[in-house]
Amino acid sequence: MALLELQDVFATYGSRRALHGVSMNVEEGSIVALLGANGAGKTTTLRAITGLVKVQGAIRFDGQRITGVATEEIARLGIAHVPEGRGTMSQLSVLENLQMGACLRHDPKAVRQDLDRVYAYFPWMKSRLAQPAALLSGGEQQMLAIARAAMMRPRLLLLDEPSLGLAPIVVKGIFKIIEAINSEQGVTIVLVEQNARIALKTAGSAYVLEVGVVAVSGLARELAQDESVRESYLGY
Amino acid sequence: MRTTSLLKPGNALSLFLLLVAVMAPLYVLGRFPTLEWAYVWALLIGMIGVNILTGYCGQISLGNSAFMAIGGYTTAILTYTAGWNYLLTIPVAGVLASVGGVMVGIPALKLRGIYLATATFALAISAPSVIRHFDQLSGGSQGISIPPAEDPFGLVRSQSLTGEQWLYYMALVLAVVLFLFSRALLKSHVGRAFRSIRDSETAAVANGVNLTFYKTLAFAISAFYAGLAGSLYTINTAYISPDSFDVGFSLALVVGAVIGGLGTGIGPILGAVFTVWSPRYTQILFNAKPDIAFGVLLILVMYTMPSGIAGGVYSLWAWYQRQRAAGRPKSGDGTILVGKAASTR
Amino acid sequence: MGTEVFLSANPVEGLEQQLVFGIATGSIYASLALALVLIYRAMEAINFAQGEMATFSTFIAWTLMATFHMSFWIAFPLVVVLSFVGGVALERVVIRPVERAPILTTILVTLGLFSIFNGLSGLIWGYTIRTFPSPFPVTPISLGGVGIGFQDLGLIGVSLVLLFLIYLFFSRTKLGLMMRAASLYPQSSRLVGVRVGWMLALGWGLSAAVGAVSGMMVAPVLSLDPSLMQSVLLFAFTAAVLGGIENPLGAVIGGIVVGVLLALVGTYIPHAEDLRLVFGFIVIVLVLLFRPAGLIGRAHVTRV
Repeated sequence: MALLELQDVFATYGSRRALHGVSMNVEEGSIVALLGANGAGKTTTLRAITGLVKVQGAIRFDGQRITGVATEEIARLGIAHVPEGRGTMSQLSVLENLQMGACLRHDPKAVRQDLDRVYAYFPWMKSRLAQPAALLSGGEQQMLAIARAAMMRPRLLLLDEPSLGLAPIVVKGIFKIIEAINSEQGVTIVLVEQNARIALKTAGSAYVLEVGVVAVSGLARELAQDESVRESYLGY
Repeated sequence: MRTTSLLKPGNALSLFLLLVAVMAPLYVLGRFPTLEWAYVWALLIGMIGVNILTGYCGQISLGNSAFMAIGGYTTAILTYTAGWNYLLTIPVAGVLASVGGVMVGIPALKLRGIYLATATFALAISAPSVIRHFDQLSGGSQGISIPPAEDPFGLVRSQSLTGEQWLYYMALVLAVVLFLFSRALLKSHVGRAFRSIRDSETAAVANGVNLTFYKTLAFAISAFYAGLAGSLYTINTAYISPDSFDVGFSLALVVGAVIGGLGTGIGPILGAVFTVWSPRYTQILFNAKPDIAFGVLLILVMYTMPSGIAGGVYSLWAWYQRQRAAGRPKSGDGTILVGKAASTR
Repeated sequence: MGTEVFLSANPVEGLEQQLVFGIATGSIYASLALALVLIYRAMEAINFAQGEMATFSTFIAWTLMATFHMSFWIAFPLVVVLSFVGGVALERVVIRPVERAPILTTILVTLGLFSIFNGLSGLIWGYTIRTFPSPFPVTPISLGGVGIGFQDLGLIGVSLVLLFLIYLFFSRTKLGLMMRAASLYPQSSRLVGVRVGWMLALGWGLSAAVGAVSGMMVAPVLSLDPSLMQSVLLFAFTAAVLGGIENPLGAVIGGIVVGVLLALVGTYIPHAEDLRLVFGFIVIVLVLLFRPAGLIGRAHVTRV
């Protein structure tokens, strides 16, 4: 049984339907990429998982149905979502953002360990803990958002376009961390990306969305090598 | 401008109700209920004013009791101190109150939403004490008594009409006239300007609507109506004191307008009639103190019919129309000023 | 009216006396303003019923002391706790259905609460004026030639303690951080698992508790009847607006400034007792027009 299952998921924004029956399986411990053009429904899929949009169909996490469950309860089940726009709490300090990630936890020693691990991933944070998050650069905010999600010790991490607007070298660094989070902590990751190339390098398997449905899916390695897929859906 | 199909049968209904209203005091109502209803018509005028300002122009004002006080005191002072015939004081009361409205409207230009509500709430709380302060003019805490109203046609003296009936008809006539005037106003370009401001100030400005002028106008008109209402109230009671028009009154106006249905034509009427039907309100009419039933009722209405009774009826009607002709587009959305249902005209 | 007696300081006393008096009364406004600020920070709405809720709590305290003969020092914390619980319950039951409704709906609901609490107070306890015992001895002491009462010191002290506790809570505790985050960034907070609705309820609970403290501080001075907090509410609005509606420190400073200004107005402008309320109104309008964030508030004005 996969950690995350989507079965024929439909999602609507007001009167506009964005997903027309998406089905996906995410195995525990894997990294899955969710690719496709703008407006294909990638972000909507993530939002459907965490209950930010109205959903029809079945979404199961660890066997448990989470459709219709409140967002905060879904988060409490162990799903961390770094949304489009990062969702950094800009008037709070860097440290406070990280503390918010850990706010539900009752194991202060483990929280300290996780903080140290975060500082190991992102050494610059240690010296800027008191700074308001609004003063960080785009890349730094992205790292902060990922770090905050990691502080939740989630089982599943949803990342929405971590590379958006960032310089290639920063993106490389971030993706290294994403891999580390997966390999060192066993966190399952679903990765929405416009930058298909780096996504397919990092992920194990991938789904390509088009107009709200899954067009292609399979092992990342194979999709990356399939020229017709790359041309039709991934733009390179 | 779309006229709802409600209006056609509505016209006949309105005429019928008007007839009932005219006949009632002569054949059905006793003396005290007649006087009560005289207050209701006066209250209606005040609620129309609130409906214009808040329902159509989107400015939240919890301070209209202050304008009622201006109107009331104008009537009282001119009648008592200057010896005017009270009938002549009524228009003056409205005009002076609207001056007050302009004065409040100008700073209100920059305030919105909760800030405007707080500022006008503070106005309503502080007005009685200001009145009390200028006691040479206002008679201070003692208030002012005026002689009971005698009609100019001698009907009361000749006992063709009771005093209460005269007050009733006077208020009714004024209410009908002012209601028709407000309908005409709201159908005109002024009403369109108001609605555009309510729906989106930025869009209104982009469309060339002069915010300053129309917002101030809305305050002035609303205050005018409030002043007239205050004047009528004072005439009915033949007495005014600083606490006659306190915060509770402002709340009654706003609540009645909201419960009836903001931004609708018949809202204020429903609000004023509803006022009579909830027994607790009678207390409010006469000593303007808020109360438990009033509060509970208000909250329940906010949960179930946040667009007021009229809004609820329109929603039902719209839903019914949708069921009848699936596929036809929904009736146009107004702005959501109160609650979930769309408010139309 | 008790208010008038209270608000008119004795014009014969010296300036320092006036200042002390102003600071003491200002502390009362400050404490209720703190309650208003707490709600505003939680949901960007003003609870018009704040004063009436505080009056109701104060009446409960009176009953505990007069009918059940509890000492002040037992009744006080008990009422604070009861008010907290009541505030939480109120939010969950009454406010929750309109949590996301337009502002006028919320305003009307709090106005409805205003009516209900006012009516309840009158219904249960009637309109006779009662005395409320003060926890502080009435003996005046002299500080550097200025006569102050323990009462005054007590009022100032309580406000400062409240402010300090609130500051500590929001800046140093996890719960305080969660509440701040929940009100500023509700969606992001949900994504990390914060139950935003309960944070709101907590805000109401704290606010009700602070209001109760305020009421129990004012009652010895103003005498207890259902209209106890109405004028205080106006000045609390003034204080909150003056100091910056989102800022607890601003509320306290605003309260003190309002108290001092009113005392000075009373001293130097003859026969001006009635005008104090409208003075508050004018200050509110001026501040909202020219510096809506208040004297201490943030420079940018948040969503209205």
